[in-house]
Amino acid sequence: MDAPDRILNSSFPLARSEVKPPLINIKPVNLFFDLNRAMSLWPVTFGLACCAIEMMSVSMARFDIARFGAEVFRPSIRQADLMMVTGTVSKKMAPALVRLYEQMPAPKYVMACGNCAISGGPFKFEGQYGIIEGVDNLVPVDIYVPGCPPRPEAILEGVFSIQEKITGRRWWPQPQEIPSEPPPAVAKK
Amino acid sequence: MALSLVNFVVVIAAVLLIIGLMVVNAVIMVYAERKTAGFIQRRPGPYEVGPWGTVQAICDSMKLLGKQIFIPGNVDWILFFAAPVLAFFPVLLLFLPIPFGPYLTALKVDEGILLILAFAGFGVISNILAGWASNNKYGLLGAARAVSQSVAYEIPMIMALLGVIFLTGSMNLTQIVERQGAWPWQWNLAVQPLAFFIYVVSMVGETNRAPFDLPEAESELTAGFHTEYSGMGFALFFLSEYANMLLVCCVCATFFLGGWRGPFLDGFWWTFIKAYALMMFIVWIRWTFPRVRFDQLLNINWKWLLPLSILNLWITAVILKFVD
Repeated sequence: MDAPDRILNSSFPLARSEVKPPLINIKPVNLFFDLNRAMSLWPVTFGLACCAIEMMSVSMARFDIARFGAEVFRPSIRQADLMMVTGTVSKKMAPALVRLYEQMPAPKYVMACGNCAISGGPFKFEGQYGIIEGVDNLVPVDIYVPGCPPRPEAILEGVFSIQEKITGRRWWPQPQEIPSEPPPAVAKK
Repeated sequence: MALSLVNFVVVIAAVLLIIGLMVVNAVIMVYAERKTAGFIQRRPGPYEVGPWGTVQAICDSMKLLGKQIFIPGNVDWILFFAAPVLAFFPVLLLFLPIPFGPYLTALKVDEGILLILAFAGFGVISNILAGWASNNKYGLLGAARAVSQSVAYEIPMIMALLGVIFLTGSMNLTQIVERQGAWPWQWNLAVQPLAFFIYVVSMVGETNRAPFDLPEAESELTAGFHTEYSGMGFALFFLSEYANMLLVCCVCATFFLGGWRGPFLDGFWWTFIKAYALMMFIVWIRWTFPRVRFDQLLNINWKWLLPLSILNLWITAVILKFVD
């Protein structure tokens, strides 16, 4: 059995993602609220493993997610908009994660931070029994941020991508491309 | 009838102005607090949303407006919806007797401070209702903490204010301001420094601000009494918290810092300057000091503030008796 089937057959409650159409669908109002939602994404204080250290670091000096209005880490899931799944999701944690996702009031966004949350990362091997191989087996994921763990800049970029997904445009300038260094010359004999 | 038609119209206009003041105050203070937190931690704070992040607080409030309102199962939904409203509405009444300026007082009553202290209790009731109605163990624990904390810190607060009331011989806030002079050494702060200190400490405890924010201690109780509130319910609690902060700071400015009297140009701007300086002081200590434990919190109150305030009251009474 591959991973999703195994999880479906186990006793975990799975999150359902159903997006109902809005009752009042006026385009300028929708645009206005979407803009406001994108500019104040409050994450939930939810760290699972070492990627959580990067999540802390992104809210501190030098990186400062507060510049984009996303530093209000809410301890209660009812007041949060964004769930950063930072780290390895073990099978013990999976029911709690699904329950937290379902307790979050809409509109809600999920960011899978780090390789473990994306695919199981280094813990994925034949015969492993404790790890959920990818958090998208449990809850719908909006943005994947790769890295092991991802740099704080990458997490910032993930927040920008969610903003782009909500509003349909990128708000901040693209980072400068760092030219890759040529491979070191091997001395020929 | 003591209230004539003119007074009635004045009060209605004042209530509308106070609603505006509360909303503007919350927007400004959310921005100022996040910015100050940033500067204290050597980061810029909100920066990109609007010039220097000035639109940030408006974005937050609009987002909270558009958030799903969630009613958990087994909730007493009447109380669940009544609690945030009850947190918000009494504050309107509390601002009425505050003399912002010589002519800017909505309700000139002789027992102004009595009115404020009596109706300030509604804030605690809203916290209890929120914690009880949301059917959540963390909410209930936060509510229990809010009660014991507010009841404890009200007593030294009243004792500290009583010292000034003894000195002035009046509970009328306008008269209290008029008895003080324009310069700092003529303020009540100069003759009642201990009462001022006790009042400032209890004022932080009374408004549930850090380092005394035990009712919503994030590390122990998920978010305390407003754990189950999403969207506008949470926003109303936030609004009333900032309005309560402004209220206690206005009372402090009136009682100890000379109210609308200043070295030059008496007017309502002095009240606002002093009140907002005190608000920034509260924000400053919030981001500087760690949270105290609950037994420490009550020990500070019952073992230090209460005996000190009784001592202050006693000394004030004795001196007044001998001076007379």
